[in-house]
Amino acid sequence: MANVLVNAPKTAKRGSVVEIKALILHPMETGFRPGPNGRIIPRNIIERFTATWNGTEIFDMEMSPAIAANPFVSFFAVASESGTVGLRWTGDEGFVVEERVAIAVE
Amino acid sequence: MKVLRLGIGLAIVFAASWALAQGMADKGATDKRRSGTQDMGEALQKMQDDDTANPGMLFVQLGGQLWGKAAGAAGKSCADCHGGAASMKGVAARYPAIPKDADAPVDLEGRINLCRTANQQAAGFPPESRELLALAAYVAHQSRGLPIAPPDDPKLVPFRLKGQDLWKVRQGQLNLSCAICHDDNAGRKLAGVTIPEAHPTGYPIYRLEWQTLGSLKRRLRNCLAGIRAEPYAYDATEYVMLDLFLMDRARGMMLESPGVRP
Repeated sequence: MANVLVNAPKTAKRGSVVEIKALILHPMETGFRPGPNGRIIPRNIIERFTATWNGTEIFDMEMSPAIAANPFVSFFAVASESGTVGLRWTGDEGFVVEERVAIAVE
Repeated sequence: MKVLRLGIGLAIVFAASWALAQGMADKGATDKRRSGTQDMGEALQKMQDDDTANPGMLFVQLGGQLWGKAAGAAGKSCADCHGGAASMKGVAARYPAIPKDADAPVDLEGRINLCRTANQQAAGFPPESRELLALAAYVAHQSRGLPIAPPDDPKLVPFRLKGQDLWKVRQGQLNLSCAICHDDNAGRKLAGVTIPEAHPTGYPIYRLEWQTLGSLKRRLRNCLAGIRAEPYAYDATEYVMLDLFLMDRARGMMLESPGVRP
């Protein structure tokens, strides 16, 4: 079950700057904590977040254990054409979540 | 003589302004209780109010998914018995309560686990597990904006009184009671932080320090560890008693679940 909250405008004026905000639920483990048996619990983080607009990459972010467990990412893009913004989170233990939002440009 | 006259004049002005202030206080804010939200910074308040920025809403979303998912030997989901989320409106505002045919009160998480073991015939969720918190957040979210309204069940009274005793008793190496901080010194600073009045208005809360959602139980355990007392066991009724007392103390205040706290 993927749990994602995306805040993006449904419509935008051509050439205007829009803000896209995304929040995701993730059971993070830093990779620095010892477990009950004294051994380090393996790291489990989101490693990368990318955003595309109609397939073209517009935002790319590498994440590290110092970033919040449920990272909130906000970024800006120029609305040039109507289309779909694709958001993709990938991480340790085969974590992949994809989300799409449509923005109509007038 | 002139000095006396001035003195009387000042006294009249003072009395008039005092009366005016009292009148305003009666009209506007007779309720001086403050939710923890009011003691947070503006950024955190905005985070809590924005449903796409409040990380607690991720758990509400997850809770919604779990609500419709069948579980246990009975093969039933929450929705199969309760229907839509609307049926849960006001529930979080009146818990803890005593379930039918029971003698002791349970909190919201306890009620969810009761449903799970009795009606779904599944194993109860462990305390502070993601699923339990998500369902509690989903249920509590339906009561957002409603006033806290504990039931007038006479059977609850002894438990509430015990909760009040626990609130007032000094414990731990620091020899502090809950009341010393949250009644006597609320609003003042403990290190750099404002001591809140401890009203359970936003539970389960997303605490940034925890990086996850947590129940009132976890918050109470935190406080107990803070005064260097031994936290009660996870299944202890002390938590429910304190919850009962706190909900009564916050009677009429607005629920904000899921709250965000620093």
